[in-house]
Amino acid sequence: MARVIVVTSGKGGVGKTTTSASFAAGLAQKGFKVAVIDFDVGLRNLDLIMGCERRVVYDFVNVVQGEASIKQALIKDKRVDNLFILAASQTRDKDALTQEGVGKVIEDLRADGFDYVICDSPAGIEKGAQLALFYADEAVVVTNPEVSSVRDSDRILGILQAKSKRAIEGDDPIVEHLVLTRYNPNRVQAGEMLAMEDVVELLNIKLLGVVPESEDVLQASNSGLPVILTEGVSASEAYKDIVDRFLGEDKPQRFLSVEHKSLFKKWFGK
Amino acid sequence: MALLDYLLGQRRKSSANKAKDRLQILLAHERSHAKAPDYLPKMREEILAVIAKYVEIEEDNLKISLDEENGFEILELNLVLPEGKG
Ligand SMILES: Nc1ncnc2c1ncn2[C@@H]1O[C@H](COP(=O)(O)OP(=O)(O)OP(=O)(O)O)[C@@H](O)[C@H]1O
Ligand SMILES: [Mg+2]
Repeated sequence: MARVIVVTSGKGGVGKTTTSASFAAGLAQKGFKVAVIDFDVGLRNLDLIMGCERRVVYDFVNVVQGEASIKQALIKDKRVDNLFILAASQTRDKDALTQEGVGKVIEDLRADGFDYVICDSPAGIEKGAQLALFYADEAVVVTNPEVSSVRDSDRILGILQAKSKRAIEGDDPIVEHLVLTRYNPNRVQAGEMLAMEDVVELLNIKLLGVVPESEDVLQASNSGLPVILTEGVSASEAYKDIVDRFLGEDKPQRFLSVEHKSLFKKWFGK
Repeated sequence: MALLDYLLGQRRKSSANKAKDRLQILLAHERSHAKAPDYLPKMREEILAVIAKYVEIEEDNLKISLDEENGFEILELNLVLPEGKG
């Protein structure tokens, strides 16, 4: 039975697509069959981050509107087995997606034997973001240690708890996970940035992991590679930990302190 | 130098702490608002209209809140009448 996981944040530009790409690739590397869907209709980006932008023939909207089958539209990743991408439409408007249409696509993916469906949400708390989270079983809330991001994450948590299918039908609530990203231990130590403990306390959800602010993320996106596939860099290690913890492993948090970072540099020569 | 670092450190520390304090207050406020039923603003307007038939009041002087206590939902109306009237 496929688990549907929404990657969401409210605020834009905090790292949802970066996280979706790496999380999906990491789960697929563990042997699960994973589909990652770009819900950002009109502003597609996941294809670029995953490096498959030139292989998009049919997109999510084509499937929802019955112009292509899910099998025709899924793009198979060339580096990781069992990883498939469903691109957003670049030309249509946001209203091209409907709740029933999205539900049908998720049903089709379930029937195809997918283990995980990762939904990369658009920014905001309006229709697009609500569609991306509607069918979720679990949510990865991506937050930056910064006031407006924390506030928006709290709003999106409220929406997960009130407007998702699980909330409306009175099922078990969506399982919520926090990914705190673009974390800068130097600035936290200097008292210039909210610390991990503060954000966890404010939002009151379980921490899946902390991803440090890292230049390697930009480099990975330049070459169309989910950063988790870059060997030996901190952001990649952080996402691997996140995948392991998601799958139930009990790993201590890393990348929280300045010392840790320099140790890491010693080990990996980075 | 050490003293300067210490003082600068203290000042910087307060910016993250300030952020946390402000968020604590704001999130508590927004959470209670998010839980308020959709009919509350409309109901508030209608109650105001009824009261306005009998007494002159400032709109801000009517406070309506919905709270939960011991499993009961409590609708609280708080109206401050203007001085020397009512
Ligand atoms: N850990 C990180 N370190 C440094 N830069 C990062 C990190 N994570 C993400 N970024 C950068 O932040 C920018 C936004 O990332 P991304 O596109 O993943 O955000 P998003 O939440 O999907 O944005 P949108 O709301 O527009 O969909 C990108 O330029 C990305 O390279
Ligand atoms: Mg995005």
